[in-house]
Amino acid sequence: MRHIIAVLLENEAGALSRVAGLFSARGYNIESLTVAPTDDPTLSRMTLVTTGNDEVVEQIKKQLNKLIDTVKLLDLSEGPHIEREMMMVKVRAERQDREELKRLTEIFRAKIIDVTDTSYVVELTGASKKLDAFIDAVPEGLIIEVVRSGPTGIARGEKGLSL
Amino acid sequence: MSEAGVELSGAEIVIQALIDEGVEYVFGYPGGAVLHIYDALFKRGALKHILVRHEQAAAHAADGYARATGKCGVCLVTSGPGATNAVTGIATAYMDSIPMVVLTGQVPTPFIGSDAFQEVDTVGITRPCVKHNFLVKDVKDLAVTIRKAFFIAMTGRPGPVVVDIPKDVTDPNIKIPYVYPREIRMRSYNPVEKGHLGQIKKAVDLMLAAKRPVFYTGGGVVLGEGSAQLTELVHATGFPITSTLMGLGAVPMTDPQFLGMLGMHGTYEANMAMHETDVLIAVGARFDDRVTGKIEHFCPHAQIIHIDVDPASIAKNVKVDVPIVGQVASVLADLLRLYQERASKSSEPPVAQWWAKIAEWRAVNCLKYDGSGPAIKPQYAVETLYKVTNGELYLASDVGQHQMFAAQFYPFDKPRRWINSGGLGTMGYGLPAAMGAQLAFPEAQVACITGDASILMCIQELATCQQYQLPIKVLLLNNGYMGMVRQWQELFYESRYSHSYVDALPDFVKLSESFGHVGMRIERPEDLEDAMREAFAMKDRFVFMDVIVDPTENVYPMIVAGKGHHEMQLSPSHSDRELA
Repeated sequence: MRHIIAVLLENEAGALSRVAGLFSARGYNIESLTVAPTDDPTLSRMTLVTTGNDEVVEQIKKQLNKLIDTVKLLDLSEGPHIEREMMMVKVRAERQDREELKRLTEIFRAKIIDVTDTSYVVELTGASKKLDAFIDAVPEGLIIEVVRSGPTGIARGEKGLSL
Repeated sequence: MSEAGVELSGAEIVIQALIDEGVEYVFGYPGGAVLHIYDALFKRGALKHILVRHEQAAAHAADGYARATGKCGVCLVTSGPGATNAVTGIATAYMDSIPMVVLTGQVPTPFIGSDAFQEVDTVGITRPCVKHNFLVKDVKDLAVTIRKAFFIAMTGRPGPVVVDIPKDVTDPNIKIPYVYPREIRMRSYNPVEKGHLGQIKKAVDLMLAAKRPVFYTGGGVVLGEGSAQLTELVHATGFPITSTLMGLGAVPMTDPQFLGMLGMHGTYEANMAMHETDVLIAVGARFDDRVTGKIEHFCPHAQIIHIDVDPASIAKNVKVDVPIVGQVASVLADLLRLYQERASKSSEPPVAQWWAKIAEWRAVNCLKYDGSGPAIKPQYAVETLYKVTNGELYLASDVGQHQMFAAQFYPFDKPRRWINSGGLGTMGYGLPAAMGAQLAFPEAQVACITGDASILMCIQELATCQQYQLPIKVLLLNNGYMGMVRQWQELFYESRYSHSYVDALPDFVKLSESFGHVGMRIERPEDLEDAMREAFAMKDRFVFMDVIVDPTENVYPMIVAGKGHHEMQLSPSHSDRELA
């Protein structure tokens, strides 16, 4: 099963490599990993997406918690949560395809953020599945480049993952 | 002392922090990046430094000191090769959860990343084999980082912590006010102390209903100072107990309730009890593959209670029914109290039928060996060692057959007496670890049991032993082979002894003498006891006993990899017996 795990880490040099090293050393799957500072500059927040059976994911969470730099951890998949990922797609937009691509952009509530005579860059935010769907919807052969941020997430309701 | 306002350089801070931490010995080796620190050490005095002959030995000696005393081991090495040489010792300590602080020199901060002379990414290289590590980039962070390193190394599940210190951070010309923080709090690190009482009650329920219970205990009991509590609990319950290699001595091995070590070379009765048990009480043990055998066959009838300070250790390899996270000593004390409140006061011996079954297994006499030939059997050598030393040794071991024979034939009655590399299995560990133990306890009898292959991996430490006049006794079980490799090749590779014969061995007597020690060569069983008594009578000398043993002897019982506890192989001297 797919799990999306949020981790608050001390904003120390090397904290990210401790997490990455843990996954490679113990052979855990890692689909994506994003990290950035929070409103508290001493803390970084990491979101990672992993897959595995219940025992493996339980062990992953324990091992993450065991890292000295880990302050708090929450498995967002265990409760109601919102997941968002940002994607930019560069597409070939020749004359005959421009309208179709604009329509797709509207349907997905995406934005065209760069235009040339022959290309668009489309920005799209949403759950990862929605981004997958957009990529599938673009007519074959038009995609030049895809860049995705990896998912981030937040739990619903008033409780927050903070100190 | 550390009164506020004293101005110290980074190098002086390192030394003063170690003094304030109560450090007795630093095991180290100087080099370019730590020269400022060594100069401060020289000027300050007040801290005993032991000069090893290779950085691997610095880490092993600090580790041996830590295992023997329960205190934190400390070593100091230079950047680059100093640090990489120490890595084997750091990994050894990590695998066995030994508290250690390793100070490594680093090239000056402006040079980091430039492939400078003797530069290596020490933090990167050691990351997977430390509990935590630090790179100190500012002298203002030095004292608090060293305090944190000791705090992390010693608390929770202990382990090695590396502090990497660039040379400019120790600049003798830059002085700052020094204050050593007594208390340290880290919001990201809060080890658990007490176990959850609800969980402990569940454990008591299981224990009271058990028909075939067994304690399975490990190094965590020794590390967590839980020996007294465990021994009391074992006696109060009347249950049998087995131990891992790392836990030997936590409960007296001569206790009638002790079944011997379990696992790959464990006793028949211990492994059969594991296979038949209905309630397994695991304490400070980690279900290592050398202990469990094939995991599908592991304790097939048991409900499992697991007490450990590290939550990540629980349910890692084996599913657990009652997990209890907490300090072993504290949890065992609670467990004993709750058990005694509820246990019946009848005079019936508890689980008598279970003990009757165990008596049958014991009658197999699984450690029996054929000692009739003219050669010295390694088992006999260990038995003689036990007899001569009254079981009172601090015994450091290298890795291989001799290690298993020691675990089987030298029953330790106290914790911290058996000092060996269990998890990593590091050949070369024994001699430097014995140095650490001997320095910690100058009056105690300290020995190193080793093999002809292992001893050569840190043989340079004979010089250190001479320099500090360490009266260690080395017992070399010399079979001319890498015995354990040879055994596996005999059993699983049709006796193709690929590179396991140690050709061109030195004359160990002359070798020892060349370092200023006493060397002895013993070849006949009838000479062994007298020779050992003579060796141990030389109380202030390092004595190297080169004991020529039967080169074909194997370690039994054995659970072949991929087999279960009930599928043990006994020695050929048992071949006439049908086993259950």
